[in-house]
Amino acid sequence: MAQRNSVSPGLTAAGSREISLTIPVAPEMEIVATAQVAALGEYIGMGRDKIDEVKLALVEACINAFEHSGTRDERLHLTFRIGKDDDEGRQWLEVEVFDQGRGFDHSRIETPSIEKSFTGDRKKRGWGLQIIKSLMDGVSISSGDWGTRILMRKYK
Amino acid sequence: MSEACKISVERRGEVALLHTDGYINNQGGEEIAREAYSQLDSGARAIVLNLEKTRIVNSIGISILIEVLEKVMDKKGVLAFCHLTPTIDKTFRIMGLAQYAQIFSTQEQALQAVAAKA
Repeated sequence: MAQRNSVSPGLTAAGSREISLTIPVAPEMEIVATAQVAALGEYIGMGRDKIDEVKLALVEACINAFEHSGTRDERLHLTFRIGKDDDEGRQWLEVEVFDQGRGFDHSRIETPSIEKSFTGDRKKRGWGLQIIKSLMDGVSISSGDWGTRILMRKYK
Repeated sequence: MSEACKISVERRGEVALLHTDGYINNQGGEEIAREAYSQLDSGARAIVLNLEKTRIVNSIGISILIEVLEKVMDKKGVLAFCHLTPTIDKTFRIMGLAQYAQIFSTQEQALQAVAAKA
């Protein structure tokens, strides 16, 4: 199963500034990573509520990878970027989450619903991607037998 | 460093008021569920969750809150939330929790509303 998908092509990082961070697959490391979102969000003057949305999207991307990726190096490789659109000059904060796991076909993930959650099978949640897509302005997912890369962008 | 969620409880007649402080993930969610079930077992008819000191609830935590909601509904009780950040409020709506549980801006509003139903 090797697959590449792109939900929202066109996200580029030209002219951006970036910070890299590697976190181990371990409880609450996703929260450690959110500190970078807060720092960079505040740096570009992003509002607190939008920063919270990026933080939650990052948390969801991390816990998805922790639970499902089977990453070979037991780590997640995170890149945080800030930049500006060339045309309108809008500032953005971007977070990339990369794992060296087995990959997945996100087009085959069922849309979750609370009614399905009422069946009590917590393993069949599937809410992570739905939340990420709802909270972020742009999401790009590529995945294959080399791993998974999720790129998420939020405008200031 | 731990972001473990702390829970404190106030009982007001048939209403149990739970205050959370910190990150609600699987552990935080389980703590809330344990306390909520204990309150329901001891006669509470309404659970109010005050999330004033919580800024992040992840999807696993919300899934556990949905289980709490299910249990409350089974007992013909009421579950309400108050003091949600805009992001938590939005996430509850994305996941559909807001369709079945009540959301209030303040604790007083939540307590008044559930007291009328409990």
